[in-house]
Amino acid sequence: MADIELLPHNVPSQSELPELVEELTTLNLGPTHPATHGIFQNILKMDGEKIVSGEQTIGYIHRAFEKIAERRPFYQITTLTDRMNYCSSPINNLGWHMTVEKLLGVEVPKRAQYIRVLMMELARITDHIICNSILGVDTGAFTGFLYVMQKREEVYEIYEEVCGARLTTNMGRLGGMERDLSNTAIRKIKEFIKSFPPVLRELEKLLNRNRIFMDRTINVGPISVDRALSYGFTGPNLRAAGLDYDVRVMNPYSSYEDFEFDVPVGQNGDTYDRYMVRNEEMWQSLRIVEQAINNLPEGPYYADAPEYYLPPKNEVYRNMEALIYHFKIVMGEIDAPAGEVYHAVEGGNGELGFYLISDGGRTPYRLHFRRPSFIYYQAYPEMCKGSSLSDAILTMSSLNVIAGELDA
Amino acid sequence: MKEVKIVEAPQGHSGSGFFATSFDEAIGLARSYSLWPLPFATSCCGIEFMATMGAHYDISRFGSERPSFSPRQADLLMVMGTIAKKMAPVVKQVYLQMAEPRWVMAVGACASSGGIFDTYSVLQGIDRIIPVDVYVPGCPPRPEQIIDGLMQVQYLAQNEKLRRRNTDEYQELLASYNIQ
Amino acid sequence: MLTNQEVAEGLLEKFGDQVFNFEEPYGLLTLSTTREEIIPVMEFLKDHKNYQVIFLTDITGIQYPDNAGQEFVVVYHMHSFVHNFRIRIKVAIPEADIHIPTATGLFASANWMERETYDFFGILFDGHPNLKRILNIEEMDYFPMRKEYPMEDATREDKIDALFGR
Repeated sequence: MADIELLPHNVPSQSELPELVEELTTLNLGPTHPATHGIFQNILKMDGEKIVSGEQTIGYIHRAFEKIAERRPFYQITTLTDRMNYCSSPINNLGWHMTVEKLLGVEVPKRAQYIRVLMMELARITDHIICNSILGVDTGAFTGFLYVMQKREEVYEIYEEVCGARLTTNMGRLGGMERDLSNTAIRKIKEFIKSFPPVLRELEKLLNRNRIFMDRTINVGPISVDRALSYGFTGPNLRAAGLDYDVRVMNPYSSYEDFEFDVPVGQNGDTYDRYMVRNEEMWQSLRIVEQAINNLPEGPYYADAPEYYLPPKNEVYRNMEALIYHFKIVMGEIDAPAGEVYHAVEGGNGELGFYLISDGGRTPYRLHFRRPSFIYYQAYPEMCKGSSLSDAILTMSSLNVIAGELDA
Repeated sequence: MKEVKIVEAPQGHSGSGFFATSFDEAIGLARSYSLWPLPFATSCCGIEFMATMGAHYDISRFGSERPSFSPRQADLLMVMGTIAKKMAPVVKQVYLQMAEPRWVMAVGACASSGGIFDTYSVLQGIDRIIPVDVYVPGCPPRPEQIIDGLMQVQYLAQNEKLRRRNTDEYQELLASYNIQ
Repeated sequence: MLTNQEVAEGLLEKFGDQVFNFEEPYGLLTLSTTREEIIPVMEFLKDHKNYQVIFLTDITGIQYPDNAGQEFVVVYHMHSFVHNFRIRIKVAIPEADIHIPTATGLFASANWMERETYDFFGILFDGHPNLKRILNIEEMDYFPMRKEYPMEDATREDKIDALFGR
């Protein structure tokens, strides 16, 4: 091989270099970006890969729930609550029923309360299962998502058995449940209790101690307890920061005081802690489901409040009294007492509150939903400040912001 | 191992060593089994789409293996969920960015007609801003229904004349939506 | 445990006749104050070494169009985790002078809650860092949650029917 004459390589001196211009990039993330898991826009100021500041725009599916609620009788508002946090609609439905029952002073029998707890905890599992598996997808593990989705289908089958619908469940009635747990439902719940742990354990094996997952999530998007409280965090996101506030424990509703369960807390409030808290909550929910199904009390599944509880259909066709009440309830002729109620339940994302003001008419005078995602999502720019874009995506998916709940 | 099913050949003339059919049929067949959907999921129906996409219902059996999040590479715009008036320009822009031939599927009551949200902030059906090919009813539709909607789009794709997108009628339709 | 009585007495002692209308609907201590005193009241509850009402649960608005001079009410819900104690504070403001000081200095979460209240009712929170619409489109020229505005979409024609319409 012939010798190649190498040309001298001239390194330009510092003074010869063209002057580099430093400037920030503005990045528009959303509203249809696939990684945002919902429609909200983030306008980020980026310095290279690092986020300097951000501003969110929300309201892309604002559906005016509160305005509609002022025009609808109480039992028709249940359909609105479904569509708020659609990952865990039974919690919304039953929370709303409990609010109205508090206003009306209706005492729900024990059996109905237990069935409600059962359904709410199953809903919590479906909510967390999506959040955690999507977090896996965002870190590059698609398999886990497809795998646990199968279990969510099983929960949906239980819902179908209890209320007839899969996603927007419209579960329960004012004063109890719409129907009793059927034998099929009980069998399916028992099957689920047996078949879910292996799947969840496998998801844990995939992620919990996975080096890549840990590197991607530990110390990503942390928030301190003080800031979290100031920003109005509740639910798993607050618990991940280290404060054990859980509405189920603090203000027990629907017989939660009968159940034994732990409230997991994190330490750093980072993405990994949020993941771990949700993960542990699924185990605790499963514990509650197990206790509820094993200790299901006998008795009626709806309260003896015929003026509010929509009578069963076969009664309506045979019984004059039931027909009258059915007519009156459906036509909205039942007036609720005047008063104002705030009732909170532990939703999938935190304290889901209903502030209901009734002036004694057939519809609420004003109904306000305290939506946990709406309140804590405003902390997002602070949480992702200084992190890289790919980490910001993880922070967002671990916050589990549900667009329907965010915009109401 | 299950037997692999192959679609039936379209109508045509075959002899020794050749098979002749029209472009319409052959291309329509190819298109219909490789529709790349753009899941424009906004709310509840999007969660049902997740189920449709998941292992249980598995939309990839119908050739929609790859959900395309980039509009340029998508054939089918699946609008799932409520479209608020604030969101309407975004939907239209996504539609404009898609290349022909493009199909649109309105999944769920909200996308089709506004659904239960007859309010000041919700667009009363996406057909007010973009032309829609298939409407899937339900609030939300079951995954089976979404798959059925996809099969309807496949049927449309199979039976579409190649020159349909160049016809005056189609141009008029686009013009009625202010799309050039 | 903190009782409603205890906090009510503490507030009365500190603010005198600036806090009034004490009620207990469904066990939740409810009181009214004026817009001049709302921030001091919240600050007092938050910084009180015993009460520790450190959490702002919610801010929302209500409209009473027939209540002349007090058409709008801003409602604050606060929560003390230590004592599991909730309190509701109301401030009535007239439509002619629809201003109230912001709580963003005390709670970061008040930011969006106040923006939402502004978006729905047009209540102006003085001193808010970024008071603009949050849920509705910016071009909107009215405040949709006020009772005088219709809920329905005005562009729909298929629902105009004497018997089966909306």
